[in-house]
Amino acid sequence: MTKPTTAPPHRKKLMHTWPLLTPTVGVLLLWAFVPLAMTLWFSFQRYNLVDPTISGFAGFNNYKFLLESPAFLLSIVNELVLVGAVLIITLVLGVAFAVLFDQEFFGRSVARLLVIAPFFVMPTVAALIWKNLLMDPVNGVFAFVARSLGFTPIDWFTNYPMAGVVMIVAWEWVPFATLILLTAMQSLDRQQVEAAKMDGARGPQILRYVILPHLARPMTIVLMMETIYLLAVFAEIFVTTSGGPGNATTTLTYLIYLRALVSFDVGGAAAGGVLAVILANIVALFLVRTVARNVDL
Amino acid sequence: MRSSPLQKFIVAVLGWTVALLMFFPVAWMVLTSFKTEIDAVHSPPLLVFHPTLANFTHVIYLGNYLGALTNSVAISLGSTVLGLLIAMPAAYAMAFFPNRWTKDLLLWMLSTKMMPAVGVLMPIYLLCQRSGLLDTLSGLILVMMLSNLPIIVWMLYTFFKEVPGDIIEASRMDGAGVLAQLRVVLLPLAGPGIASTALLSIILSWNEAFWSINLTSVNAAPLTAFIATFSAPEGLFWAKLSAASTLAVAPILIFGWMTQRQLVRGLTFGAVK
Repeated sequence: MTKPTTAPPHRKKLMHTWPLLTPTVGVLLLWAFVPLAMTLWFSFQRYNLVDPTISGFAGFNNYKFLLESPAFLLSIVNELVLVGAVLIITLVLGVAFAVLFDQEFFGRSVARLLVIAPFFVMPTVAALIWKNLLMDPVNGVFAFVARSLGFTPIDWFTNYPMAGVVMIVAWEWVPFATLILLTAMQSLDRQQVEAAKMDGARGPQILRYVILPHLARPMTIVLMMETIYLLAVFAEIFVTTSGGPGNATTTLTYLIYLRALVSFDVGGAAAGGVLAVILANIVALFLVRTVARNVDL
Repeated sequence: MRSSPLQKFIVAVLGWTVALLMFFPVAWMVLTSFKTEIDAVHSPPLLVFHPTLANFTHVIYLGNYLGALTNSVAISLGSTVLGLLIAMPAAYAMAFFPNRWTKDLLLWMLSTKMMPAVGVLMPIYLLCQRSGLLDTLSGLILVMMLSNLPIIVWMLYTFFKEVPGDIIEASRMDGAGVLAQLRVVLLPLAGPGIASTALLSIILSWNEAFWSINLTSVNAAPLTAFIATFSAPEGLFWAKLSAASTLAVAPILIFGWMTQRQLVRGLTFGAVK
């Protein structure tokens, strides 16, 4: 990795940079630590907004209560199913689309714009359009297609609610994977592909031995960026299933939201928040390391 | 080696099939927005119908659309301008006067973006409530700015990095102060980069749904929250939902298409160019 030229040593003495850095660093310090410290504090308190009589030190009771409730374990499973399924779909389709849209064809630039469009659709719009116009079991487009082909339409949000949410979220994130992998494809050495072809390599072999190794790094980045955002998926669940039926689509994020702004159980929500932060930090640790290795600073 | 015309044809067909399938939900939304409510739920779905603008006029004049639109514009522009003002000096300092902490500082900023919003939902909600910022534009502008600040700094940093340091150095030797350097040298050279940073920040704030839904109710609700109100069963009119959605998505989709190239850099913190 070539390092871009850094300033010669004499410049540092001429220029104090801290006044320029202070505003950004200051507000980010506040933003990063104050709320987190408060969450940590609340998580050990008996604190409910609708019932002021509940108060005092709770010890680990909030955690105990959370860890022992069946909804919690299910929410972790749901979270992992949602994130895992969307990651697999977006990475597979992302690679496929990146390779496809790397080829020259008629109207490619317009087609490419159409493919990345879903990324710019706000989550609430995406979720409601899919839930109603497309996936409605009676009047939706999917139901019509199913009936035309002789199948019984699927009532997604009653029978396969998580699959429904996964489809919507995957549709939003496939463009992200495609866009980034496509950008990475453009730095692929064409001569390498030509040479592989000369040596008699066929499509699948070129994919396996030339393209995938080249995409390995950007794929890691996509994987981890998406994980961070997907762990936080909220609006899609909020407007389609509200976590239901039952707890079928309640992820950890949604469970905490329910505790916080529906039951106003500050202590319980904070304990969940702490666990969510720990979960995200495990991922973040790997992400920051990967970015640190891959970026010229 | 050139591919045969047949291969080219197959690739074109595949490419366009994928493109149209991915775009179909958006296209169908736009189409439905011009239908009457009866045509919208018609089965089989109608491709040919008498188009009407009634949904748009309904959404604009009877709904809260205009209020939500104003809020969305104010929040995304406000948080972007504020974010740029705070981030620009820092990015400038780190790009042109790096020291041994610069890398750690940048990575720390990146790591603040990793914090799941839900982890701090309760404190932020309570802080906003106590300070009277709940359901206000200022509150949302502030939260949105803070959550996008790391991305803004990183993007500006990678763009500034491409401006030759010697030019800045020369202007400094000629006696230009920091502000003059920013205005006369950096803005013209890194202008396009700053513009795409601004656009990305606008897009992210416009589409942000977690804080928008949880920190607003009536007064400051932007479009993401406004659209969410359509999820109530009594509010379910497909044609009106489509019209409101089309109006909410269209401006930002065009912005997104304009910046797709620079977007990659911002979204991956410069790790993929």
